[in-house]
Amino acid sequence: MKYLKISGLLILVALVGIQFIPTSLNQSEVVPPSDFMISNEVPEHIERKIRVSCYDCHSNNTEYPWYSTVQPMAWILEDHITEGKEELNFSEWDDYSSRKKRSKLRSVKSQIESNKMPLSSYTLLHRDAVISEKEKKMLLEWLETLEAR
Amino acid sequence: MRVLQVSLGIAILSFASLSAMPGASTPMQNRPEKNGNGINAIVQDEIATTIVNQYLDLKNALVESNSEKAAQAGGKLAKTLKKFDVSSYEQGQQQELKEIVEDAIEHGEHISKSKIGHQREHFEILSEDIVDMVAITGTSQTLYQQYCPMYNENKGGFWLSTEEEIKNPYFGSKMLTCGKVQKKIG
Repeated sequence: MKYLKISGLLILVALVGIQFIPTSLNQSEVVPPSDFMISNEVPEHIERKIRVSCYDCHSNNTEYPWYSTVQPMAWILEDHITEGKEELNFSEWDDYSSRKKRSKLRSVKSQIESNKMPLSSYTLLHRDAVISEKEKKMLLEWLETLEAR
Repeated sequence: MRVLQVSLGIAILSFASLSAMPGASTPMQNRPEKNGNGINAIVQDEIATTIVNQYLDLKNALVESNSEKAAQAGGKLAKTLKKFDVSSYEQGQQQELKEIVEDAIEHGEHISKSKIGHQREHFEILSEDIVDMVAITGTSQTLYQQYCPMYNENKGGFWLSTEEEIKNPYFGSKMLTCGKVQKKIG
Protein backbone atom coordinates (compact mmCIF):
# COMPACT_ATOMS: atom_id res chain seq x y z
CA MET A 1 0.00 0.00 0.00
CA LYS A 2 2.84 2.28 0.86
CA TYR A 3 4.55 1.56 -2.47
CA LEU A 4 1.34 2.27 -4.28
CA LYS A 5 1.11 5.63 -2.63
CA ILE A 6 4.70 6.52 -3.39
CA SER A 7 4.52 5.48 -7.02
CA GLY A 8 1.20 7.27 -7.45
CA LEU A 9 2.77 10.39 -6.08
CA LEU A 10 5.79 10.02 -8.33
CA ILE A 11 3.61 9.71 -11.42
CA LEU A 12 1.65 12.78 -10.39
CA VAL A 13 4.82 14.78 -9.88
CA ALA A 14 6.13 13.63 -13.25
CA LEU A 15 2.87 14.55 -14.99
CA VAL A 16 2.90 18.00 -13.50
CA GLY A 17 6.61 18.35 -14.16
CA ILE A 18 6.43 17.64 -17.86
CA GLN A 19 3.89 20.41 -18.30
CA PHE A 20 6.73 22.88 -17.85
CA ILE A 21 8.83 21.49 -20.69
CA PRO A 22 8.34 23.79 -23.64
CA THR A 23 7.54 22.56 -27.15
CA SER A 24 7.93 24.57 -30.30
CA LEU A 25 4.74 25.50 -32.10
CA ASN A 26 4.32 25.01 -35.81
CA GLN A 27 2.88 28.40 -36.59
CA SER A 28 3.95 31.05 -39.02
CA GLU A 29 2.61 34.53 -39.70
CA VAL A 30 3.47 34.57 -43.36
CA VAL A 31 2.19 32.30 -46.08
CA PRO A 32 5.14 31.90 -48.45
CA PRO A 33 4.61 32.34 -52.21
CA SER A 34 5.59 28.70 -52.58
CA ASP A 35 2.39 27.64 -50.82
CA PHE A 36 0.29 25.14 -52.72
CA MET A 37 -2.74 27.44 -52.64
CA ILE A 38 -0.78 30.37 -54.04
CA SER A 39 1.28 28.59 -56.66
CA ASN A 40 -1.74 26.72 -57.98
CA GLU A 41 -5.19 27.90 -58.92
CA VAL A 42 -7.26 25.99 -56.47
CA PRO A 43 -11.07 26.15 -56.51
CA GLU A 44 -12.50 27.28 -53.20
CA HIS A 45 -14.21 24.06 -52.21
CA ILE A 46 -11.05 22.06 -52.91
CA GLU A 47 -8.92 24.55 -51.01
CA ARG A 48 -11.18 24.37 -47.99
CA LYS A 49 -11.09 20.58 -47.86
CA ILE A 50 -7.32 20.34 -48.28
CA ARG A 51 -6.74 22.99 -45.64
CA VAL A 52 -8.99 21.35 -43.10
CA SER A 53 -7.90 17.79 -43.80
CA CYS A 54 -4.19 18.16 -44.53
CA TYR A 55 -2.70 21.49 -43.51
CA ASP A 56 -2.42 20.86 -39.77
CA CYS A 57 0.40 18.38 -40.33
CA HIS A 58 1.51 19.20 -43.86
CA SER A 59 2.13 22.94 -43.76
CA ASN A 60 3.94 25.54 -41.69
CA ASN A 61 0.74 26.44 -39.90
CA THR A 62 -1.11 24.23 -37.48
CA GLU A 63 -4.43 25.10 -35.91
CA TYR A 64 -3.87 23.63 -32.49
CA PRO A 65 -6.65 21.94 -30.59
CA TRP A 66 -7.15 22.65 -26.87
CA TYR A 67 -5.43 19.48 -25.72
CA SER A 68 -2.26 20.48 -27.53
CA THR A 69 -1.24 22.53 -24.52
CA VAL A 70 -1.26 19.47 -22.29
CA GLN A 71 1.71 17.13 -22.13
CA PRO A 72 2.30 14.48 -23.31
CA MET A 73 -0.18 15.33 -26.10
CA ALA A 74 1.94 18.28 -27.19
CA TRP A 75 4.88 15.96 -27.82
CA ILE A 76 2.83 13.49 -29.78
CA LEU A 77 1.48 16.29 -31.95
CA GLU A 78 4.91 17.80 -32.45
CA ASP A 79 6.20 14.42 -33.60
CA HIS A 80 3.37 13.94 -36.06
CA ILE A 81 3.78 17.41 -37.48
CA THR A 82 7.54 17.06 -37.93
CA GLU A 83 7.10 13.75 -39.65
CA GLY A 84 4.21 15.01 -41.75
CA LYS A 85 6.07 18.07 -42.97
CA GLU A 86 9.12 16.04 -43.83
CA GLU A 87 6.98 13.87 -46.03
CA LEU A 88 5.03 16.68 -47.65
CA ASN A 89 4.91 20.37 -46.88
CA PHE A 90 2.25 22.27 -48.78
CA SER A 91 3.87 25.55 -47.71
CA GLU A 92 6.97 24.62 -49.71
CA TRP A 93 5.15 23.14 -52.66
CA ASP A 94 6.52 25.39 -55.37
CA ASP A 95 10.09 24.88 -54.18
CA TYR A 96 9.79 21.22 -55.11
CA SER A 97 11.21 20.14 -58.45
CA SER A 98 8.63 19.15 -61.05
CA ARG A 99 9.73 15.55 -60.58
CA LYS A 100 9.12 15.76 -56.85
CA LYS A 101 5.76 17.45 -57.39
CA ARG A 102 4.70 14.64 -59.69
CA SER A 103 5.83 12.03 -57.17
CA LYS A 104 4.09 13.80 -54.29
CA LEU A 105 0.86 14.25 -56.23
CA ARG A 106 0.74 10.54 -56.91
CA SER A 107 1.34 9.76 -53.26
CA VAL A 108 -1.33 12.24 -52.17
CA LYS A 109 -3.82 10.62 -54.51
CA SER A 110 -3.02 7.11 -53.40
CA GLN A 111 -3.13 8.05 -49.71
CA ILE A 112 -6.55 9.65 -50.10
CA GLU A 113 -7.82 6.88 -52.34
CA SER A 114 -6.84 4.15 -49.88
CA ASN A 115 -8.14 6.12 -46.87
CA LYS A 116 -4.71 6.15 -45.26
CA MET A 117 -4.83 9.90 -44.91
CA PRO A 118 -5.95 11.79 -42.94
CA LEU A 119 -4.87 9.49 -40.11
CA SER A 120 -7.73 7.95 -38.18
CA SER A 121 -6.10 9.10 -34.92
CA TYR A 122 -6.45 12.64 -36.27
CA THR A 123 -10.00 12.43 -37.58
CA LEU A 124 -11.09 10.93 -34.28
CA LEU A 125 -11.11 14.43 -32.81
CA HIS A 126 -11.18 16.43 -36.04
CA ARG A 127 -14.46 15.26 -37.47
CA ASP A 128 -14.50 17.98 -40.15
CA ALA A 129 -11.25 16.59 -41.55
CA VAL A 130 -12.92 13.33 -42.51
CA ILE A 131 -13.02 12.95 -46.29
CA SER A 132 -16.37 11.57 -47.40
CA GLU A 133 -16.68 9.34 -50.46
CA LYS A 134 -18.12 12.25 -52.42
CA GLU A 135 -15.32 14.57 -51.35
CA LYS A 136 -12.80 11.89 -52.13
CA LYS A 137 -14.03 11.66 -55.69
CA MET A 138 -14.01 15.44 -56.01
CA LEU A 139 -10.45 15.71 -54.68
CA LEU A 140 -9.09 12.89 -56.80
CA GLU A 141 -10.66 14.28 -59.94
CA TRP A 142 -9.22 17.69 -59.31
CA LEU A 143 -5.77 16.33 -58.42
CA GLU A 144 -5.88 14.44 -61.69
CA THR A 145 -6.35 17.68 -63.63
CA LEU A 146 -3.50 19.26 -61.70
CA GLU A 147 -1.25 16.37 -62.59
CA ALA A 148 -2.09 16.76 -66.27
CA ARG A 149 -1.06 20.41 -66.28
CA MET B 1 65.74 -8.81 -48.19
CA ARG B 2 62.65 -10.94 -48.18
CA VAL B 3 60.58 -8.03 -46.96
CA LEU B 4 61.89 -5.94 -49.82
CA GLN B 5 60.97 -8.63 -52.31
CA VAL B 6 57.46 -8.94 -50.96
CA SER B 7 56.82 -5.23 -50.94
CA LEU B 8 58.25 -4.90 -54.43
CA GLY B 9 55.90 -7.64 -55.50
CA ILE B 10 52.94 -5.83 -53.96
CA ALA B 11 54.01 -2.61 -55.61
CA ILE B 12 54.18 -4.25 -59.05
CA LEU B 13 50.85 -5.94 -58.53
CA SER B 14 49.08 -2.79 -57.46
CA PHE B 15 50.63 -0.89 -60.34
CA ALA B 16 49.41 -3.54 -62.74
CA SER B 17 45.89 -3.43 -61.35
CA LEU B 18 45.86 0.35 -61.46
CA SER B 19 46.91 0.48 -65.08
CA ALA B 20 44.28 -2.11 -65.88
CA MET B 21 41.56 0.05 -64.35
CA PRO B 22 40.68 2.35 -67.24
CA GLY B 23 40.09 -0.72 -69.39
CA ALA B 24 38.03 -2.49 -66.74
CA SER B 25 35.70 0.39 -66.08
CA THR B 26 35.46 2.47 -69.18
CA PRO B 27 33.59 5.65 -68.38
CA MET B 28 30.05 5.02 -69.53
CA GLN B 29 29.78 8.49 -70.92
CA ASN B 30 32.32 11.01 -72.10
CA ARG B 31 32.45 13.73 -69.56
CA PRO B 32 34.43 16.93 -69.24
CA GLU B 33 37.46 16.10 -67.13
CA LYS B 34 38.01 19.21 -65.17
CA ASN B 35 40.34 19.57 -62.21
CA GLY B 36 41.31 15.95 -62.16
CA ASN B 37 37.70 14.82 -62.13
CA GLY B 38 38.67 11.78 -64.16
CA ILE B 39 38.95 9.46 -61.16
CA ASN B 40 35.74 10.83 -59.67
CA ALA B 41 33.96 10.20 -62.96
CA ILE B 42 35.03 6.55 -62.80
CA VAL B 43 33.95 6.25 -59.18
CA GLN B 44 30.58 7.85 -59.92
CA ASP B 45 30.04 5.54 -62.89
CA GLU B 46 30.59 2.63 -60.56
CA ILE B 47 28.09 4.05 -58.09
CA ALA B 48 25.61 4.50 -60.94
CA THR B 49 26.11 0.84 -61.85
CA THR B 50 25.55 -0.20 -58.23
CA ILE B 51 22.36 1.87 -58.15
CA VAL B 52 21.02 0.05 -61.20
CA ASN B 53 22.02 -3.33 -59.73
CA GLN B 54 20.32 -2.60 -56.42
CA TYR B 55 17.25 -1.43 -58.30
CA LEU B 56 17.30 -4.78 -60.11
CA ASP B 57 17.59 -6.63 -56.77
CA LEU B 58 14.53 -4.74 -55.64
CA LYS B 59 12.71 -5.60 -58.85
CA ASN B 60 13.55 -9.29 -58.40
CA ALA B 61 12.32 -9.23 -54.80
CA LEU B 62 9.01 -7.78 -56.02
CA VAL B 63 8.76 -10.45 -58.72
CA GLU B 64 8.98 -12.96 -55.85
CA SER B 65 6.47 -10.83 -53.90
CA ASN B 66 9.04 -10.89 -51.10
CA SER B 67 8.31 -7.74 -49.15
CA GLU B 68 11.13 -8.22 -46.67
CA LYS B 69 13.78 -8.63 -49.35
CA ALA B 70 12.34 -5.67 -51.23
CA ALA B 71 12.58 -3.55 -48.10
CA GLN B 72 16.24 -4.45 -47.68
CA ALA B 73 17.01 -3.70 -51.32
CA GLY B 74 15.16 -0.38 -51.11
CA GLY B 75 17.15 0.63 -48.05
CA LYS B 76 20.45 -0.27 -49.70
CA LEU B 77 19.45 1.62 -52.82
CA ALA B 78 18.63 4.77 -50.86
CA LYS B 79 22.01 4.55 -49.13
CA THR B 80 23.92 4.24 -52.39
CA LEU B 81 21.93 7.05 -53.97
CA LYS B 82 23.00 9.32 -51.13
CA LYS B 83 26.64 8.67 -52.06
CA PHE B 84 26.07 9.59 -55.67
CA ASP B 85 27.84 12.83 -56.57
CA VAL B 86 26.51 14.41 -59.74
CA SER B 87 29.28 17.00 -60.11
CA SER B 88 31.31 14.92 -62.54
CA TYR B 89 28.48 14.93 -65.06
CA GLU B 90 27.86 17.62 -67.63
CA GLN B 91 26.77 20.89 -66.11
CA GLY B 92 23.51 21.00 -68.05
CA GLN B 93 22.49 17.61 -66.70
CA GLN B 94 23.50 18.03 -63.08
CA GLN B 95 20.28 19.66 -61.98
CA GLU B 96 18.08 16.97 -63.45
CA LEU B 97 20.32 14.25 -62.09
CA LYS B 98 20.17 15.83 -58.66
CA GLU B 99 16.37 15.93 -58.78
CA ILE B 100 16.23 12.32 -59.92
CA VAL B 101 18.49 11.22 -57.07
CA GLU B 102 16.55 13.23 -54.50
CA ASP B 103 13.27 11.71 -55.64
CA ALA B 104 14.66 8.19 -55.88
CA ILE B 105 16.08 8.36 -52.33
CA GLU B 106 12.59 9.03 -50.99
CA HIS B 107 11.15 6.10 -52.88
CA GLY B 108 13.93 3.82 -51.67
CA GLU B 109 13.36 4.88 -48.08
CA HIS B 110 9.62 4.38 -48.33
CA ILE B 111 10.11 0.96 -49.84
CA SER B 112 12.40 0.06 -46.95
CA LYS B 113 9.55 0.52 -44.49
CA SER B 114 6.31 -0.41 -46.22
CA LYS B 115 4.19 -3.34 -47.16
CA ILE B 116 4.21 -4.92 -50.58
CA GLY B 117 1.35 -2.91 -52.15
CA HIS B 118 2.88 0.36 -51.16
CA GLN B 119 6.33 -0.86 -52.14
CA ARG B 120 5.05 -1.48 -55.64
CA GLU B 121 3.51 1.98 -55.85
CA HIS B 122 6.84 3.55 -55.04
CA PHE B 123 8.68 1.13 -57.27
CA GLU B 124 6.65 2.33 -60.22
CA ILE B 125 7.71 5.96 -59.81
CA LEU B 126 11.23 4.87 -58.89
CA SER B 127 11.42 2.99 -62.19
CA GLU B 128 10.82 6.25 -64.03
CA ASP B 129 13.62 7.87 -62.04
CA ILE B 130 16.05 5.07 -62.83
CA VAL B 131 15.19 5.14 -66.54
CA ASP B 132 15.81 8.88 -66.60
CA MET B 133 19.02 8.45 -64.64
CA VAL B 134 20.34 5.82 -67.01
CA ALA B 135 19.52 8.10 -69.94
CA ILE B 136 22.09 10.50 -68.49
CA THR B 137 24.67 8.20 -66.91
CA GLY B 138 24.57 5.46 -69.50
CA THR B 139 24.72 1.80 -68.56
CA SER B 140 27.35 -0.89 -68.86
CA GLN B 141 24.75 -3.63 -69.25
CA THR B 142 21.86 -4.15 -71.59
CA LEU B 143 18.54 -3.32 -69.97
CA TYR B 144 15.03 -3.97 -71.17
CA GLN B 145 12.28 -1.51 -70.39
CA GLN B 146 9.18 -3.61 -69.90
CA TYR B 147 5.58 -2.59 -69.49
CA CYS B 148 2.50 -4.07 -67.93
CA PRO B 149 -0.69 -2.29 -69.08
CA MET B 150 -2.78 -3.73 -66.26
CA TYR B 151 -0.98 -2.30 -63.25
CA ASN B 152 -2.74 0.35 -61.16
CA GLU B 153 -6.22 -0.24 -62.52
CA ASN B 154 -5.08 -0.36 -66.11
CA LYS B 155 -3.06 2.82 -65.89
CA GLY B 156 0.02 0.69 -66.51
CA GLY B 157 3.53 0.71 -65.17
CA PHE B 158 6.99 -0.11 -66.45
CA TRP B 159 10.20 -1.47 -65.01
CA LEU B 160 13.73 -2.39 -66.04
CA SER B 161 15.14 -5.88 -66.35
CA THR B 162 18.35 -7.47 -67.61
CA GLU B 163 16.40 -10.27 -69.24
CA GLU B 164 14.17 -10.05 -72.25
CA GLU B 165 11.76 -12.57 -70.76
CA ILE B 166 8.91 -10.95 -68.82
CA LYS B 167 8.78 -11.43 -65.05
CA ASN B 168 6.27 -8.98 -63.69
CA PRO B 169 7.26 -7.17 -60.46
CA TYR B 170 3.82 -5.56 -60.06
CA PHE B 171 1.82 -8.76 -59.81
CA GLY B 172 4.42 -11.43 -59.08
CA SER B 173 3.14 -14.97 -59.47
CA LYS B 174 -0.45 -13.73 -59.91
CA MET B 175 0.38 -12.57 -63.41
CA LEU B 176 4.04 -13.32 -63.83
CA THR B 177 4.25 -13.03 -67.59
CA CYS B 178 1.95 -10.06 -68.11
CA GLY B 179 3.77 -7.40 -70.07
CA LYS B 180 5.94 -6.69 -73.05
CA VAL B 181 9.31 -5.23 -73.90
CA GLN B 182 9.00 -1.56 -74.73
CA LYS B 183 12.57 -0.72 -75.44
CA LYS B 184 16.13 -2.00 -75.25
CA ILE B 185 18.56 0.27 -73.44
CA GLY B 186 22.36 0.17 -73.73
